[in-house]
Amino acid sequence: MTPKSMTPSDQSPLLRVENLRVAFPTPTGPFEAVRGVSFAMGREKLGIVGESGSGKSLTGRSILRLVPSPGTVTADRMEFEGEELTALPETRLRAIRGRRISMVMQDPKFSLNPVMTVGRQIAEAYRVHHRAGSGEARRRALEMLEAVRIRDPERVYGLYPHEVSGGMGQRIMIAMMLIPGPALLIADEPTSALDVTVQMQVLVILDELCGRQGMGLVFISHDLNLVASFCDRVLIMYAGRVVESCRAADLHKATHPYTRGLLDSLPRLEERRAELPVLARDPRWLEDGR
Amino acid sequence: MTGDPMIEVRDLRVSFGEVAAVQGVSFRVEAGESFGLVGESGSGKSTVLRALAGLNPDWTGELRVEGRAQGRRRDKGFFKSCQMVFQDPYGSLHPRHTIDRILAEPVAIHRMGDADARIERALAEVGLGSQFRYRYPHQLSGGQRQRVAIARALILEPNILLLDEPTSALDVSVQAEILNLLTRLRAERGLTYVLVSHNLAVVAHMCGRLAVMNRGRLVEELDAEALRRGEAREDYTRQLLRASRGYDRAAAEAFRDFA
Amino acid sequence: MSANPNGGSLAGWLTADTPRSRAQARLGRLYRGWQGFTRNGLAMLGLAIVLGLVLMAALAPWLAPYDPYQQDLGRRLIPPGAAHWLGTDAFGRDILSRILHGSRLTLYIVALVTVTAPIAGLAIGTVSGYFGGWVDAALMRITDIALAFPKLILALAFVSALGPGIESAIIAIAITSWPAYARIARAETLTIRHSDFIQAARLQGASSARIILGHVVPLCSSSLIVRVTLDMAGIILTAAGLGFLGLGAQPPLPEWGAMIAAGRQYVLDQWWVATMPGIAIFIVSLGFNLLGDGLRDVLDPKSR
Repeated sequence: MTPKSMTPSDQSPLLRVENLRVAFPTPTGPFEAVRGVSFAMGREKLGIVGESGSGKSLTGRSILRLVPSPGTVTADRMEFEGEELTALPETRLRAIRGRRISMVMQDPKFSLNPVMTVGRQIAEAYRVHHRAGSGEARRRALEMLEAVRIRDPERVYGLYPHEVSGGMGQRIMIAMMLIPGPALLIADEPTSALDVTVQMQVLVILDELCGRQGMGLVFISHDLNLVASFCDRVLIMYAGRVVESCRAADLHKATHPYTRGLLDSLPRLEERRAELPVLARDPRWLEDGR
Repeated sequence: MTGDPMIEVRDLRVSFGEVAAVQGVSFRVEAGESFGLVGESGSGKSTVLRALAGLNPDWTGELRVEGRAQGRRRDKGFFKSCQMVFQDPYGSLHPRHTIDRILAEPVAIHRMGDADARIERALAEVGLGSQFRYRYPHQLSGGQRQRVAIARALILEPNILLLDEPTSALDVSVQAEILNLLTRLRAERGLTYVLVSHNLAVVAHMCGRLAVMNRGRLVEELDAEALRRGEAREDYTRQLLRASRGYDRAAAEAFRDFA
Repeated sequence: MSANPNGGSLAGWLTADTPRSRAQARLGRLYRGWQGFTRNGLAMLGLAIVLGLVLMAALAPWLAPYDPYQQDLGRRLIPPGAAHWLGTDAFGRDILSRILHGSRLTLYIVALVTVTAPIAGLAIGTVSGYFGGWVDAALMRITDIALAFPKLILALAFVSALGPGIESAIIAIAITSWPAYARIARAETLTIRHSDFIQAARLQGASSARIILGHVVPLCSSSLIVRVTLDMAGIILTAAGLGFLGLGAQPPLPEWGAMIAAGRQYVLDQWWVATMPGIAIFIVSLGFNLLGDGLRDVLDPKSR
């Protein structure tokens, strides 16, 4: 389904980010919301977890240069499939955006055009990046709807966004983002607005598409348990820095006191605790990022 | 206990036009108990809570609070003994009122007098210093706002606190603080809680007993210990439990819809 | 966070993170709004014009070089010059003095309309929006009917029923302008009626009157203040229009609209008689418009 990309070799990472910084001007001087984030990823599921204000969403958005207006993004290096993104002109970046890197946001209702049927929106998304007739685009869109496990694609194709449920809306959003066959998907809390069971079903789809298309996934979430069980690797962010990174399966063995504190403060199904340990924030965490 | 339950709900039905949001729900909550209502969106759990609080007049069935049958409209005495904390601490505080005014209002409505001391005490109880008293909500963090909302509910010295997803809009570290606060306040004041949440772990942590709701019906009632041991009778509850334990592809592939 | 620069400076006291009293909190809020307002140059110009109008009205007897009613047929229709800066009218009255005294009438109209129409509109709109149902239906149909009449025509009808005079003009303007305010207040009320903080107030046992006055009105009033300020230009123009038609202020009152009407017949040869009060109306209307725009930036919660 995906035209195999011009990745130099499998050893070189899909995305390499070095010393990423996002700053916003304030009356009292610039405020750095992301302070020197570096990571590299291949065709894997990379989780970024943190609390609100940790800079996790901005990190995801800055890869596509989608940081809201007064914010400025700088990085020593931001390399995607061997191409340096920081120096790229906006026109070239627009070609990459959507075509090679896609993004799914939390609430599908705000991302879909309310006066166009969902099927047409998916077909349009295909035609923006591929030379295809409307029949071809329609066929592709229906295939994609099937791929995100929508039972009756023909019927759903003709629905308007307000006629679909939250879970289906998010599947449609994913279909729309994945139809150009991107190499990297940035998903910012893609399932947080959904019920747990629907959430799991949507994750199955993402999981499968990652495996089948060999796609890289940046999965941004506040839910530690979810990231630990779903992703391959995790970055834990605090106050604009990556304080720890580990294999997702080893998240419960994390060593940084912030990560430990977050994990401890979660209520657990299995064990009864009279009181939840409260996270005591150490000012040193602001300094000794890795 | 006097034998009368604190809250008794019998065959509660709520409709919004054509849509039957709650279809015959019954449960009882004893004095001093903490009772959880769990379900996914659209299960009707919040609707039950709102009908209980008197925020939704379009219901049928029987609602008894502290032994008294409740009608469509509630008297002042009801509000004095039954208070509620909302999900979104950004929406439940008036944006143009200072914390002081927010807390002074219930005292004035119920003519309790001694407002100054009451406000100071209420703030101290929820762990906010008096420096917060004259601030506006937008100057507070989400957790601090939720503390104010709890203080506002408790300033009337109610017996019952209805909690509608009180921590789902908060970060996990803040959630722990608010849950601890609620646990402590219940122990100190012998409060009765009804907690609505979609988060099984939160309900299992906070409640002794809980009811699982799906599509307007009560699926099953069980105690938290049984839930922890995974001893749910209904398939729906078991699926919910499975989904709450994190991502498992094989399990999620087998999920089905329960009508 | 806890930095509390209470060290004597007034600005520090006003912007303190932790106010110590109700008054300090309220003043601090006003101060922040004022700081935002002062950054807007045009709004400050508008404020200066409106303040200028108030000063003019207050000091008119001392500022005016002549008696505004003193006729001197020997000095009629003198062009602007050293003796009469803005010239004289057909009765030889000094136009500058008449404009200065006329500002009192303008301000009188503005003040009376401000305390009637928006307050009536606010009351009707919030009650209608809060209660909904048949109350809403009844009040809004009345509003629709009132809105359906052309403003100036309705005002004309009222004035002819009440008899010409400045009070009649004010009543006519107030009666024709409240429906717009009622609609705004209702729309605002509808957006906040179901918000959690209103529900929370109901759960505390608050009466409907308390909720409307204490919770709904404060949130509706800022957009209403903005709207009233922006409408002020229109109100002044309507008053001037009624004056021009001879239905508002009666001669010899120096009402600006009536002054233009009186200058109408000389407009080609003695242009200043009609132009000078026209310029006064223009400047004051502009002032209120600029002020309204500035207030919107500060007060309107949606534009934040």
